[in-house]
Amino acid sequence: MTDNPVKDFATDWDHSDSQWVADPYPIWEDLRERCPVAHTERYGGGWFPATHAGVSKIAKDTDNFTSRTVVIGNGRPTELDLPAPIGLAPPITSDPPFHAIARRLILPAFAPGPINALEPMIRELCIKLLDGLDGQDVVNAGSSYARYIPPSVIRGMLGFPEEDIEQFLEFVHIILEGIDHPVEERLEEFAPVEAYFTKQIEEHMDNPRDDLTSYLLNAELDGQNLALEHVFGTMVLILVAGIDTTWSAIGSSIWHLANNPADLARLVNEPELMPVAVEEFLRFYAPVTMARLVKEDMEYLGCPMKQDDWILLGFPAANRDPDVFADADRFIIDRAENRHVAFGLGIHRCAGSNLARLELRIAIEEFIKRFPTFELADAESVTWAPGQIRGPRNLPIRILS
Amino acid sequence: MKVRIDPDICQGQGRCFSIAPGLFGFDELGNGVVIGDGTLQADTLALAQLAQANCPEHAIFIEE
Ligand code: HEM
Repeated sequence: MTDNPVKDFATDWDHSDSQWVADPYPIWEDLRERCPVAHTERYGGGWFPATHAGVSKIAKDTDNFTSRTVVIGNGRPTELDLPAPIGLAPPITSDPPFHAIARRLILPAFAPGPINALEPMIRELCIKLLDGLDGQDVVNAGSSYARYIPPSVIRGMLGFPEEDIEQFLEFVHIILEGIDHPVEERLEEFAPVEAYFTKQIEEHMDNPRDDLTSYLLNAELDGQNLALEHVFGTMVLILVAGIDTTWSAIGSSIWHLANNPADLARLVNEPELMPVAVEEFLRFYAPVTMARLVKEDMEYLGCPMKQDDWILLGFPAANRDPDVFADADRFIIDRAENRHVAFGLGIHRCAGSNLARLELRIAIEEFIKRFPTFELADAESVTWAPGQIRGPRNLPIRILS
Repeated sequence: MKVRIDPDICQGQGRCFSIAPGLFGFDELGNGVVIGDGTLQADTLALAQLAQANCPEHAIFIEE
């Protein structure tokens, strides 16, 4: 969080400003009307398109914008930080043409077939977590429920031993905390993680089975198996992209239901609404904002963009644009037409979207089955994660039945 | 009327095959594909239109 509060988001936006973190939606609405592309000198200069049209144009324009880094910081990565043309974490940080190769590699593992097969495992996991909360008047739906689901699912997909779950969660924590640290620090912090992952990878080389680790070990690039670093790097990417994103989506959905008893009652009584409701949760509380860098000086969307200026690519803001969504600022649990862009647009469309949807649906289904009525226990104490992934972290829920 | 998906536009958002699983399926990468030749009847036309209205990439086309 910055100690230099923003006075005008149109000329000085900052996505870590406390006002933006607490409630960004009125800010975006104002910018949509006034700008619609906001500017800032912070972080070395950047732009924020507040409309669906602006977000969509830039997301699809890989000629003028690069994904070299997708998380805004004060510096810009140097060549040393980035193995060209692959980028740090393929495919999310790769540009065409290499992007397609890296993406093709992982897509089959996240296609609906293999993902839908995980449903029983995810359901069992949610039920177990809820069993652990039984008998409490107030449960923390963020830190005791939502937070555990994505890493536990990925642990299962990777085929790492179930009894290692605590250690695995600790490693996930190290990765999520350390991913933005300078290279030397990161290498040091990741050493124990890499050692554990390498051990698991080697174990899979000796005993291949039907899981994501064996899938990656069998995958081929130019007729050759992936280097071990590439296998490890892909696992790190999946952990970084798949955990606090999904945790945030589950948490925001439960937060919404705690605040809106009529929606909660409808979902409890009409479970067949779930698939449509999930899309509205994703539209209304889209957790993920990405970034791009401007490739060269240019006039774009009427703005004088400079090389290496940031673009804050607000998929959540696009989802509230009244030009695309009727009653954009209303949550409509059975909204039939919903072209939301929570998973991005264009070539970087979230590779894990089938998994994310499945986790979100089952997590809510099981939560409301166990607790058909609940409310926020202490609205003031709910905290929202700052930065580019938005979701409630502390989420005390009072169980009413 | 026929429905088709433009494979150059589709990014595998996955909306069509969850809304209208009888009309759309997916390939091994998770991209949407039309089942059969895409011919629509009066009852399936509305479903195809609903899928079209939910495709974030605008990759679904309904034509004579
Ligand atoms: C509700 C949860 C999630 C949301 C809202 C979300 C959102 C996104 C968005 C907006 C992008 C586009 C990035 C860009 O344009 O720069 C993306 C990319 C990606 N996501 Fe997700 N994500 C979620 C969950 C997951 C999960 C569970 C996984 C995997 C386990 C995952 C893996 C990826 C990967 C690998 C990419 C990069 C794809 C590429 O660059 O081609 N995500 N995600």
